[in-house]
Amino acid sequence: MTPKAIILTPDEVRRALTRIAHEIIERNKGAENLALIGVHTRGIPLARRLAEKLSALEGVDVPTGMLDITLYRDDLSEVAQQPIIRETQVPFDLRDRRVILVDDVLYTGRTVRAALDALIDLGRPAGIQLAVLVDRGHRELPIRADYVGKNLPTAASEVVKVKLQETDDVDSVELWDMEALR
Amino acid sequence: MNAPTSMGARPPHLLDFQDWTPERLKAILDNADTMLQVLDRPVKKVPALQGLTVCNAFFENSTRTRTSFELAARRMSADVLTFAAGASSVSKGESLRDTLEVLTSYKVDAYIVRHHAAGAAHLVARYSGKPVINAGDGRRAHPTQALLDAYTIRQEYGSLEGKKVAILGDVRHSRVARSNAELLPKLGAQVVLCGPATLLPPGLARMPGVTLTTDPKEAVRGAHAVMALRLQRERMSGGFLGSLQEYADTYQVNDTLLGEAESGAIVLHPGPMNRDLEISSDAADGPQSRILKQVENGQAIRMSVLYHLLVGRN
Repeated sequence: MTPKAIILTPDEVRRALTRIAHEIIERNKGAENLALIGVHTRGIPLARRLAEKLSALEGVDVPTGMLDITLYRDDLSEVAQQPIIRETQVPFDLRDRRVILVDDVLYTGRTVRAALDALIDLGRPAGIQLAVLVDRGHRELPIRADYVGKNLPTAASEVVKVKLQETDDVDSVELWDMEALR
Repeated sequence: MNAPTSMGARPPHLLDFQDWTPERLKAILDNADTMLQVLDRPVKKVPALQGLTVCNAFFENSTRTRTSFELAARRMSADVLTFAAGASSVSKGESLRDTLEVLTSYKVDAYIVRHHAAGAAHLVARYSGKPVINAGDGRRAHPTQALLDAYTIRQEYGSLEGKKVAILGDVRHSRVARSNAELLPKLGAQVVLCGPATLLPPGLARMPGVTLTTDPKEAVRGAHAVMALRLQRERMSGGFLGSLQEYADTYQVNDTLLGEAESGAIVLHPGPMNRDLEISSDAADGPQSRILKQVENGQAIRMSVLYHLLVGRN
C-alpha cells in the first residue's frame, strides 16, 4: 500500500519546525517564560524538538511537558472502545508562563478543546498558543492554530499520517485514502 | 469489542475477580497512577463521567468506603445518588428488588453496592441491567479494597511479582482477606493467611497461590507486606477466641512480629482499627505503616474502576 501523496519529506519537516521556532521567538520576543506542552502521542516529540531549536536559537532552556487528554474527551460517553489513559507530566509551574501547546495534526479542533481544558486544570498560564505540524481543515469548533507547519486542504475521506523519527523511525507527512487503510 | 483482545473481554461488573484477567487488573492499577495525579492538582476533577449518575447503594453501614466511592465518582464528574438503607423504605420492609426498581426509575447508570448478605451485589447486577461495583457483600468479597491493597504494595515495590503478603487475624469473617487471596496471586504475589484455627476456614487453602498457617512467625517470615485484619467482634457469637488478650499476645501485628518480615516490610490494615488488639499503635503509626496511604489510594483506585467499567460502554 502506498500513500496518495507525500506532503512533507524529512527535510521539509525539519524546515517547518525551524520556521515555527523562529515564529515563536518573533511573536513572544524571545523564549523567556515559555513552555512547550505536547499532546500525546506525536505532539510530545514535536514539542521536544521545538524546545531544542529554541534553545539553539536563543540560548534559553524551555521546559517541556506531556499532556494526555483522554479524561477530557467530549465523546467518552459515546466511544465504543475504552480509550487508553496515558501519562500527563507537566513538571513546572504554569503560572506566569506562556504555554505553547503542540500537536501533530489540527482537524476538528476537539482534541485542542480537550487539551485546553486539561491544561487549565493544571494551573493558570499567562497565555496559551497552539502550534501544529499540519492543519488539515474541517474545524467543528472555533479554534485556530498560531503556528502551522503546513496548511493542507483535505477531504473528509482522507487520512493525514504524521510519522516521526521518535515514534515511527522516519519523519514524513503522508496523505492516504481512508479506503486504502481499511 | 470494548478493548484490546490482549486484555480479554471486559466484564460488565466488578463483583469479584473471577472474570477479570491479570492484564485488565493491572490496567486498573496503572490508571490509578493518573487518578492520583488528578487528586494532587489544584482542580481535583476530570469530566470523564459527566452526564452519568452513579448510585451509592449502601444497605450496610460504612463511612470510609461510602465516602471514598462518593468522592471518586464526583472527582470523575458523575452525579451521585447516595442511598443509605437505614434511612430508606428498606427499614419499612421493602425488598431489595423493589428498591432497585425505584432507583432504576431515577435513570441510574451504575450501582455501587454494599450489603450484609453475600451475593447481594450479584442480585443487583442481575436485576438492574447496569454496571455494578461490589463495595462489600457479607463475608464474601470487597474487590476495590483488595485492589487498593495491591496498588499500595505495588507502589512500594514496583511489582507484585514474587512478593509475599501475610494477612493476619480474623480471616473467617473477612471479605477483605478473601478478595486479597483471590487478587494478589493473579498479580504474581504469594498470600499467607494466618489466624487462630477457629478463624481460619481450611477451604481457603484450595485457592491458587494461597497458604494457611496458625503460626504468625511463619506467616510473617520473609513477607514484603503484613496486613492486620480487624477482629470483627460484632460478627462473633462466641467460641472463636479464648480471650482478646490471648489473641493479642499471639497474633497482634507489632514491632516484634515485624522483626520476622523482610527489612522495611510495609504494614497494612483495611480499617477501622482496633488499636492494641490486632495491631499495636507503634506498628500502626510507625515508619513502615502505609495505612493512611491505603485510604488515599482507595479514592484513586475507585476512580480508575469507575473509568474501566463505565467509559466506552455505549
